[in-house]
Amino acid sequence: MMHDIAVLGGGPAGMAAATEAARRGARVVLLEESAAPGGQVYRAPPTGFVVPADADSRVGDALRAALRQSGAEIRPGCRVWGVGGGPLVPQGMAAAPFRLDALAPDGQSFAVEARALVLCTGTHERIIAFPGWTLPGVLGLAAATILLKAHGVLPGRRVVVAGAGPLLYAVAAKLLKAGAEVAAVVDLAHSREWVRALPALAARPDLLARGVAWRAKLLARGIRVMAGAQVSAAAGGEVLERARVGDTWIDCDALCVGHGLVPATEATRAFRAAHRYAAAEGGWVPVLDADQRCSVPFLYAAGDGAGVRGAAAAPASGRLAALAALHDLGMLPDHAAARAAPARDLARAARAGGAMARMMALRPELVQAIPPETVVCRCEGVTRAEIDAACADGAGDMNQMKQFTRCGMGPCQGRLCGETAAELVAMHCGGRERAGFATGRLPLRPVAMDALLGDFDYADIPVPNAAPI
Amino acid sequence: MFDVAIIGAGVMGCSTALFLARAGMKVVLLDRGAICREASGVNAGTLTMQMTRAALIPYALRAHEMWLRMPEWCNGGHVLATACPGLSVAFTEHEAAMLEERAHFRRQAGAPIELVTPARAQEIEPRLSGGVIAAGHCPIDGFTSAYLTGRAFRPALLNAGVELRENCAVRGIAAGFVLDTLAGEVQAKRIVLAGGVWLQDMAAWLGVTLPIKVLVNQLVVTERMAPVMRTVLGVASGLLSLKQYANGSVLIGGGWQGIGDRVRGGLAVKPESFLGNVRLAAHAVPALREARVLRAWLGLEAETADALPAIGPIPGIEDAWIIGSVHSGYTSGPYLGKLLAQAICGRAPELPLFPIDRLLAQEKAA
Repeated sequence: MMHDIAVLGGGPAGMAAATEAARRGARVVLLEESAAPGGQVYRAPPTGFVVPADADSRVGDALRAALRQSGAEIRPGCRVWGVGGGPLVPQGMAAAPFRLDALAPDGQSFAVEARALVLCTGTHERIIAFPGWTLPGVLGLAAATILLKAHGVLPGRRVVVAGAGPLLYAVAAKLLKAGAEVAAVVDLAHSREWVRALPALAARPDLLARGVAWRAKLLARGIRVMAGAQVSAAAGGEVLERARVGDTWIDCDALCVGHGLVPATEATRAFRAAHRYAAAEGGWVPVLDADQRCSVPFLYAAGDGAGVRGAAAAPASGRLAALAALHDLGMLPDHAAARAAPARDLARAARAGGAMARMMALRPELVQAIPPETVVCRCEGVTRAEIDAACADGAGDMNQMKQFTRCGMGPCQGRLCGETAAELVAMHCGGRERAGFATGRLPLRPVAMDALLGDFDYADIPVPNAAPI
Repeated sequence: MFDVAIIGAGVMGCSTALFLARAGMKVVLLDRGAICREASGVNAGTLTMQMTRAALIPYALRAHEMWLRMPEWCNGGHVLATACPGLSVAFTEHEAAMLEERAHFRRQAGAPIELVTPARAQEIEPRLSGGVIAAGHCPIDGFTSAYLTGRAFRPALLNAGVELRENCAVRGIAAGFVLDTLAGEVQAKRIVLAGGVWLQDMAAWLGVTLPIKVLVNQLVVTERMAPVMRTVLGVASGLLSLKQYANGSVLIGGGWQGIGDRVRGGLAVKPESFLGNVRLAAHAVPALREARVLRAWLGLEAETADALPAIGPIPGIEDAWIIGSVHSGYTSGPYLGKLLAQAICGRAPELPLFPIDRLLAQEKAA
């Protein structure tokens, strides 16, 4: 069946996009990797799991309820490994419908086709390598959030929380609430950076109030909050035992660390859409117009995957993308009137979200401080020294560095090492624009061959004609 | 003023440049991108005789030796070349007949290929599918990590005095071999066109019409897995190449076609080609079902009208040379560059070149 609009990713942007489009009569399908729509901030608890309601869960439940009532086809638990169609056709052919190839929760392969595609793929976490970062017990702030929110599991008993941005305080507060000991909160930002962000945050007094409450809670419990500081090393025998801040080693059995969020652009890169480097928005982002249109016709991006602006801004950008898609498909005559409200909402929310995103932007000094022997690409065991050597040997961009070192060729597909590696290449070649990004490749996620192959007969394999002898 | 300007820094251009520089010429090697970043850096790295065209076997055998001994002639540069046996298998009677015929031609050309029973094939490759009914075995086979090719050549080129200009696109050639490049004019006494699928455009700069077909070859690699195979494995038709690297990853190739062209490059895999290629691989080695597919990509291969190489002087234009369009060109690449360098230096090459007069005559007749 041909859909009007396919939405990839069921976070706040994707849920809002699918809801908006389906309500207006479009045939919409939403594909989501997790067991239920929600995304990271509004993650739904697993079935049968009861989590006490809070501000996030109420917003998430409302978005989910609206989505369910909209008539959009919701396909959770699906691993989308392939994107195609659109401009990816032989030379001279007209653009094709978009196609998403996926594995269903039962392992069955399927594909959906749509005339327009809205990408709401969110972010992945940036963790800049430091000595000991690959020890068991070191995990991302976002990973800690998933453990706490979706599984009610503590990452450790005595936890150091480190890095940048509001997630730092959210995780610390959740850890305390769940009964962990927070050994320290180590914030890369100086207090003055938070003060500078205040005017922008005032646009969202609700979020500001929550942030203030998190801080107050930490202070009330006497938690050490170290501003303008960083974890420079983690150490332990088999597992993490302590983390170093300045000259002090802090005993801990978990270190939750995150240096910001990076837009997930695997799909827009695969479509060869135009991108620009925007450090303040998290890194490389697709070039968009004011209605979330990519450079590729009928392709749209929304939410943090289009540039980090936070969960509060995501639904508005999702709605804008959906409205633009409907309009471009000839299904929405009065686009100007329809877009006014979400455009206003986005502008307002993006002000606060943008201030937070700037706080989470990559800090080059962290990369400069990485010792030569520290592993940057943990999948392939590539150290900083090896990346530096490849650059000295003439690798002048991310693709050539990848070829020369195997950095980014492992199962994380460059999601974990990419930011550190790109910054290292940039230091040699003169900037992130020059360093570029690894060409988008399929599969978007590693995919189990067995599920992909299914049952087949040899006779059914369409083997092409033999080459000449 | 350079003695020779080589346009295209793939394996053909790099090898030609290296041997010309070592013969005392002042060489400039230009590429619009980075060294060995197109076909030479993204191919399957197969060093197999059983996918090589019969006419190229003598060249491929010599190149096989060169790849394995690369550190000796390339200042220590290497591509992790590994020697291993090669198998080409048949699953149907039709394929068995094809296998026999092709082995015959290749054996005549010098490849030591013997036909073996399925039982013997399984001794050589224990995890081979039980569905194999015949196999060709070639003890001389092997593979490289093609992604290392640029890194392997680069220091040797610089050491030999080659002026390497990456990211320096050539836009045209004026009389007297004045190259119009992104970074200004470059003049040389001789030129070598070594531009892979872009040879057609390059020949046009000189007013020569040389049609080059573009193959958009697909490759797929798995995550690292426990050892499942130890040969380079193919099928009679040549539509599969399969090997496992020392790090455990399995590379699946064979020339299935994706979407792309010489203007946009390799754009996208076709879902049906992707699935077909991977199914064929798992049919040959069922244990591959346990793998996870990690990445697929495309490389552009050039092909002339008769699918034989274009290597030699460009007729009617003195001191202009061409090298490329070699089927499985990576396999034979370093040796072919060495041969062309011999010819450019005025010596008789060890083995004959593949002059393009035949292709231009065809074009004129058409």
